Amino acid sequence: IQGSLLRSGPELLSDRLLIKGGKIVNDDQSFCADIYMEDGVIKQIGESLIVPGGVKTIDAHGRMLMPGGIDTHTRFQMPDRGMVSADDFYQGTKAALGGGTTMIIDHVVPEPGVSLITAFEQWREWADSKCCCDYSLHVDITEWHKGIQEDMEALVKDHGVNSFLVYLAYKDVFQLTDAQVYEVFSVIRDLGAIAQVHAENGDIVAEEQQKILEQGITGPEGHVLSRPEEVEAEAVNRSVTVANQTNCPLYITKVMSKSAADVIAQARKKGTVVYGEPIAASLGTDGSHYWSKNWAKAAAYVTSPPLSPDPTTPDYLNSLLSCGDLQVTGSAHCPFNTAQRAVGKDDFSLIPEGVNGTEERMSIIWDKCVVTGKMDENQFVGVTSTNAAKIFNLYPRKGRIAVGSDADLVLWDPDVTKIISAKTHHSTVEYNIFEGTEVRGGPLVVISQGKIVLEEGNIHATEGSGRFVARKPFPDYVYKRIKARSRLAELRGVPRGLYDGPVCEVSVTPKTMTPSSSAKTSPAKQPNQPVRNLHQSGFSLSGAQVDDNIPRRSTQRIVAPPGGRANITNLG
Amino acid sequence: MAERRGNWDKAEDDLPVYLARPGTADQVPRQKYGGLFCSVEGAFESKTIDFDALSVGQRGSRTPRTAGRETGQEAQSPVSDNKISPEGNVSPRVGIRTSGGKEVLPRDRSDRLLVKGGRIVNDDQSFHGDIYMEDGIIKQIGDNLIVPGGVKTVEANGKMVIPGGIDIHTHFQMPYRGTTTVDDFAQGSKAALAGGTTMIVDHVIPDPGCSLMEAYDQWRQWADEKTCCDYSLHVDITHWNDSVKQEVDTLIKEKGVNSFQVYMAYKDYYQMSNSELYDVFTFLAERGGIAEVHAENGEIIAEEQARMLQMGITGPEGHVLSRPEELEAEAVFRAITIASQTNCPLYVTRVMSKSAADIISQARKKGNVVFGEPITASLGTDGTHYWSKNWAKAASFVTSPPLSPDPTTPDYLNTLLSSGDLSVTGSAHCTFSVAQKAIGKDDFTQIPEGLNGVEERMSLVWDKAVTSGKMDENMFVAVTSTNAAKILNLYPRKGRIAVGSDADLVIWDTDCIRTITAKTHNSAAEYNVFEGMELRGAPQVVICQGKIVLEDGNMHIIAGVGRFIPCSPFPDFAYKRIKARKQLAVLRAVPRGMYDGPVSEFSMSRGGTPSASARTSPTKQPVRNLHQSGFSLAGNPALCGEPIIFVYETS
Repeated sequence: IQGSLLRSGPELLSDRLLIKGGKIVNDDQSFCADIYMEDGVIKQIGESLIVPGGVKTIDAHGRMLMPGGIDTHTRFQMPDRGMVSADDFYQGTKAALGGGTTMIIDHVVPEPGVSLITAFEQWREWADSKCCCDYSLHVDITEWHKGIQEDMEALVKDHGVNSFLVYLAYKDVFQLTDAQVYEVFSVIRDLGAIAQVHAENGDIVAEEQQKILEQGITGPEGHVLSRPEEVEAEAVNRSVTVANQTNCPLYITKVMSKSAADVIAQARKKGTVVYGEPIAASLGTDGSHYWSKNWAKAAAYVTSPPLSPDPTTPDYLNSLLSCGDLQVTGSAHCPFNTAQRAVGKDDFSLIPEGVNGTEERMSIIWDKCVVTGKMDENQFVGVTSTNAAKIFNLYPRKGRIAVGSDADLVLWDPDVTKIISAKTHHSTVEYNIFEGTEVRGGPLVVISQGKIVLEEGNIHATEGSGRFVARKPFPDYVYKRIKARSRLAELRGVPRGLYDGPVCEVSVTPKTMTPSSSAKTSPAKQPNQPVRNLHQSGFSLSGAQVDDNIPRRSTQRIVAPPGGRANITNLG
Repeated sequence: MAERRGNWDKAEDDLPVYLARPGTADQVPRQKYGGLFCSVEGAFESKTIDFDALSVGQRGSRTPRTAGRETGQEAQSPVSDNKISPEGNVSPRVGIRTSGGKEVLPRDRSDRLLVKGGRIVNDDQSFHGDIYMEDGIIKQIGDNLIVPGGVKTVEANGKMVIPGGIDIHTHFQMPYRGTTTVDDFAQGSKAALAGGTTMIVDHVIPDPGCSLMEAYDQWRQWADEKTCCDYSLHVDITHWNDSVKQEVDTLIKEKGVNSFQVYMAYKDYYQMSNSELYDVFTFLAERGGIAEVHAENGEIIAEEQARMLQMGITGPEGHVLSRPEELEAEAVFRAITIASQTNCPLYVTRVMSKSAADIISQARKKGNVVFGEPITASLGTDGTHYWSKNWAKAASFVTSPPLSPDPTTPDYLNTLLSSGDLSVTGSAHCTFSVAQKAIGKDDFTQIPEGLNGVEERMSLVWDKAVTSGKMDENMFVAVTSTNAAKILNLYPRKGRIAVGSDADLVIWDTDCIRTITAKTHNSAAEYNVFEGMELRGAPQVVICQGKIVLEDGNMHIIAGVGRFIPCSPFPDFAYKRIKARKQLAVLRAVPRGMYDGPVSEFSMSRGGTPSASARTSPTKQPVRNLHQSGFSLAGNPALCGEPIIFVYETS
């Protein structure tokens, strides 16, 4: 390491930087060239660049230079029942930079009852004051009514948000019904955003939790027992179905099990626009630790969907990630410290959920996928950075080394080995779920916004330097196909003559309607309220009809069908 | 009924000892007393050489044929029936006669029947043998049976004799908004018998909020009055609470119902939430019932229907457009997931699409206990007719889940049926007249759903699956009869030709070709969804409860003779595996020392909109709400946020 870095020039212009002799790795190709960047933007790429004097220079010595990682899923500083997840935006982004990730996309989780805009602004405030790297925000839809729809429009149009997460789990808290999900997806498609789904069947989970608690299982193993992977696969399948119906692009967060990944792979084969996001934890470890005798350790693995107890899962997910069936990786970094976890010491369903992973993500994927030969360095860049940038419409500003792109780079050392441990990680929590894992491959130098933030193992992060990156709707990568399909998907009725035969009389007794059902109707369809209730809409028929003068029996067998008996022989 | 029973009893008293003996299952019923060459007492009396029996067809040529029976005779008593039978009516292929002979007794022998020279086809093997039945039960099977004299004999002449079909899904006489389906139990079961089906299983549909027991009694009354063949009942669970639970328990224990259907479609009406499904499945798994599902995602359908109507699509094509097959597949997947969690055997009614069938076959490969029921319509026709210019015709195809517009679907489903991935066939016979369908002439969502198929089922499966070489005759018996009997726990009483089984038999003519048309079918509906289809294979003689009900195309049926067949819980076919798994699936907690470190303070204010709690299942006790159960932990109740309100729906 010592020999690889050379500084030249007496006066250091910190916002001008030249990297010489690196192998530039994009998701499509690798080539050797120098890079010159200024004001946080890549200005030149090529050999023998003409640069101003006195520029700080890094000699890469032929090492790989890749676009900085994009962690598509973090939950820094997330409030949960009065507690806040242990890593705030400063700690979290520092850890991210330490692992070679130069951009994070965090989730805004509005409490039900709070407007999306209010929550979004709250998160902006927290992040702007603390983030050390660029960030963007997903917004979670935790309830559904007219106001939410307006908020979503405002967020997409004015606030640079193009992805919304819905929950199929957390019954009675965040969970939405299928009809609500259908409406949310329809709105999302119209706005040109991405629908993200936390895929678990919350109803079944609630029943299972209760069953498990009744059996006297209160420890963290109850968490995974009450959330079997089938329940995850079911929800993935359901959200794929709804997305297909609404022609909405779908993004499954936290793919934790083989079955869920299989469902995504199958759906992609059938042509659905769906993306799967395995996280560092599901790619790097498994759920056997839930049975650890050490309660605090077992609790540290609690996340939803849970890690699969099947120890072959990480390898399987890495394979699917390598073959393109899964596309992006996040970390779902949301650790809680042991005292916070202990809230659920007598009841696993109360343990706050979330694991670490933002720092380890890049190294784990390199170790599990590239070192083992499942993928090459270009694919590595694809799954850690480029695909995420494409899906969320950040490309080519992020996720690519090209002239005009942001100067977020990582000088990657494929040979360095490191043992992950809570003692050395940058997160604040006591346990690291990858404790003791030896990984090969790690960042040597990390450059964020054109500045060196990691070198020789030291992080020079500036609190609050991270910028919010606004994202535009209708990302091409996702919406080109969606647009083509919506043009095709026009349905037409069959033009028929008026049916003028006899019509059976129906009793006017309304179908028993529970009053709660009307409360469940959605805001999105307000204008055509009368049409919406399908069982009621036909009653107009039973009113005055032209043929009221004709006496009718309740059950009428029509001897001569309309058009005459002879019609029957002419049936196609 | 009582009178006839008395008759039988007398007949039994007169029986030789060897016939009074309860039947055994082996197929060597020839009785040998005292060794091979001993003289057997009475042996020759019942084995008089009967030349008439050897000259099949001659009687027919000798005796001038009667002018065929009028349809009016259908409802005649068996006595008059019996008078008619000796007067010929002998088909060139299958002869039915009363043996002449000097030992003819004056007594009515119509409940004794001998089927000679048939090839008996069960689901496991086929073999040649004669069948002797008495009192509606098969008493002997084998060659050269020793039977009492004066027995009516049917010559099968080498044709296949199969167990009568069991149509596991019918909706006869189903009430629909003040009207009923046009085929009542008499008409419907007549059509069933005409097609070779000797038992039907109808669905009891209580209105949401009404008692299951009352609905069951109502259906029993209707069916007992009118059914011409044996029947059994499924009960649909259209709402769920403690009293329904109680009723389900009673139905299983006392009323002979072991299968219950729940709906995942018909939002705000029959549809159940996932939690309710979980509860129902858990309960059924405990009590040994079979959970049946109508699998479609009702929530999305409701949204799609609204969208279609908004786009101005009001005709029957809107029905299929608003119910794409994915929604069926999704619901099947979900139902399987819940069944697997609750370790409950699952039965998916009406498998209409490739995707749904695929999900079932995948689940079976993974070991789930799930059975799929394609229906006559999905095996025989497709959903392209929804676009017919003839509204009435298009509307006659309306059923849910809809027929798939993909014309390769029937072939695919037949293949899966043949490979065993789908297990049984029903018809979901539920016919409405055109006038009834016209309720929805301006709005497809109002069209009453259902189509015909009970009569065509057997022929259609034969034609599509056996004639085409996809399955053999034994598999045919399995999917049309045996598997259904096993699932309902009626096996081997039904679904098998064996000594001691019910005498419900069909002599199957593999070469007969019929053209299906509404003009000749036995249903009361004006349209037949299989109109114009040529089917090879048809029943030649149908024997139900030991009596001939169809011969030479003439039906001799009596409304009201059908008996209710109670089904007992825990059918082995489904529950052997379930029980074994239950023993394995014991979960254990990890023994740990008490955690005595610091604990963060937290509030429980998160979540719990009042409307959400209204959706919790009413069977739950308040203490079982998981999000509430943690209050004790919080220590200081003052920290608690808004109280969670429980709203109970009472029926």
